Amino acid sequence: MVIINKNTNVIVQGITGHQGAFHSGEMIKFGTKVVAGVSPGKGNTEINHVKVFNTVSETLDYEPYASMISVPAPYVKDAALEAIDNGIKLIYILTEHVPVHDTMEIAHQARRKNVMLIGPNSPGITVVNESKIGIMPNHIFKKGNVAIASRSGTLTYEIVKAVTDSGFGETTVVGLGGDPIIGTTFSDIIKIYNEDEQTKQIVLVGEIGGGEEEKAAAYIKKYVKKPVVGYITGRSAPPGKRMGHAGAIIEKGVGTAESKINAFKDAGIKVADYPDDIPGLLQKL
Amino acid sequence: MNLYEYMGKEIFKKYGIPVPGGYVIDNVNELKKYEEPVAIKSQILSGKRGKAGGIKFAKNNDELINYSKELLSSKINNLTVNKLLIERMINIKKEIYLSITLDRSSKEPIIIMSSEGGMDIESVPEDKIHKIYIDPLIGYSDYIAREALAYLSVENKKQFSSLLRSLYIAFVNEDAMLMEINPLIIDNDNNIIAGDSKVIIDDNSLFRHDEYKIKDTDKTELENEAANKSFTFIEMGGNIGVIANGAGLTMATLDALTLHKLKPRNFLDLGGTDDIEIVEDAFSFVLKAKPEIIFVNIFGGVTKADTVANGIVSSKNKFNIKQNIIVRLSGIHEEEGRKILLNNGIKAFPDMNDAIKAISKIYEVN
Repeated sequence: MVIINKNTNVIVQGITGHQGAFHSGEMIKFGTKVVAGVSPGKGNTEINHVKVFNTVSETLDYEPYASMISVPAPYVKDAALEAIDNGIKLIYILTEHVPVHDTMEIAHQARRKNVMLIGPNSPGITVVNESKIGIMPNHIFKKGNVAIASRSGTLTYEIVKAVTDSGFGETTVVGLGGDPIIGTTFSDIIKIYNEDEQTKQIVLVGEIGGGEEEKAAAYIKKYVKKPVVGYITGRSAPPGKRMGHAGAIIEKGVGTAESKINAFKDAGIKVADYPDDIPGLLQKL
Repeated sequence: MNLYEYMGKEIFKKYGIPVPGGYVIDNVNELKKYEEPVAIKSQILSGKRGKAGGIKFAKNNDELINYSKELLSSKINNLTVNKLLIERMINIKKEIYLSITLDRSSKEPIIIMSSEGGMDIESVPEDKIHKIYIDPLIGYSDYIAREALAYLSVENKKQFSSLLRSLYIAFVNEDAMLMEINPLIIDNDNNIIAGDSKVIIDDNSLFRHDEYKIKDTDKTELENEAANKSFTFIEMGGNIGVIANGAGLTMATLDALTLHKLKPRNFLDLGGTDDIEIVEDAFSFVLKAKPEIIFVNIFGGVTKADTVANGIVSSKNKFNIKQNIIVRLSGIHEEEGRKILLNNGIKAFPDMNDAIKAISKIYEVN
């Protein structure tokens, strides 16, 4: 299994909020096993036929494996620590604008307890025909052999749709998140995709800021035999400006599109100039 | 958010990090009577201030007044000087570089130091830079200062240790992304003093830091106005107004225009919306930037393409938009959306590159 499957039990922290309510409903339509919801103070209610509890510990009878966190930014750290403390093994944080010091602490606690963290500020994870945790639109996927990882939301949907329309289809799509510090990074996800038997080729959608694309490229050069297609946004971004995502910023000359594109090319990754070019660079297998 | 030098030094003072005695003025009438040699430092958010003439040294009262007059409201590195920091001169025995920042890769704070202080850390060779990583869940402990001192030669070890501890506490408590002291000055009496400050506070932490809820000095007026409406809007140099949804797709749109040798006027991320009014708000900002053409690039995922189309039509009528509006609309309800636009005389394409080619054509014709 790649991260999650049909039988993955999922809880949603913040299920009674606007986003939590809508997207837990969409996840259930996709086939995700949403076993319980958590909203402090809203216990003993129900939403989308899912029981709501005040605490994560009260949901443990349902044996949750993963939690989607969709609570306002000031409460994300508390919610994540609650989930980790209750033995949740996969935490996905949808929320944008989480203070970066909070994310550092969440990431370190997750690491100590062997918890996989996706996000914050991420559209989530979709394993086609199996399970979806997050907010990616249900209608864009089709089962195929391409695994995709990206730092954005809408751009990812656009690329997934293009991969679907061109007949390839996907195995797994992960949105890593647009923040400067995120849980799972390109270099983590590339190892998972490389080992997944159903994944025959990989698409990485990076952007300016940080050095994770370069790290992943070094790993690919050494260990990955599967064809990889890359795309990097932010070539036209002025240095020092945060381009919408808190993590999309060129700082002190680090994190330029040029550096990432060169690292990709050096690793034998085919680099698309435009998102529309991606399907054309995939291999007919 | 980037803080001015004087604001960073106020934080340092609060945490017991020594800074030179001084005061801030935004008007020469606020100058105090000259008593000792002072540095007059333009408060702008730009590196290489000294080289650009933004820092002057006064040795008498006339110089103090004349240099202050000269610097106030002048332009240094294209930025207007609104405030000056007047500071007592420090005799310098040695300059050190010291900063704490976030390491994105290890996901933790990192202390960076160099005995080559006073110059840009990017121009210091790697072997002259020492780094210490700190586990955020454990925090600071005194051995960190001992490790730093094994690398830096500082006589006043006790003062350095307490300064480093204070800087780390300030970094965490103030939700900083960067706290840089360059140079950290050691004077002839071996006192350690922060000669400069560069502090960046995490915008996302402002809900717990009311004191920083001021106008972001790093943004243009229009950018600040948009931020209050919760849009990310960034001014760029060109002439094509851009509205797109999602930061990634918006960046991809700017990149694609640039690759076609067209120049975007702005970055505007509409966000996930199913609200016509938000589309209208977006148009009102882009119009303020006075673009020649407006390019809307939407992929409907959660956002429905027909809702955005209705927003575009109502904006066109409401603001009486005379500029060409070129739209690329794809995703959920895309056909309905494009039909709405075409019925209202707005060009709509399913494909981004086709839409951009249409923009290029407009420029070729003119």
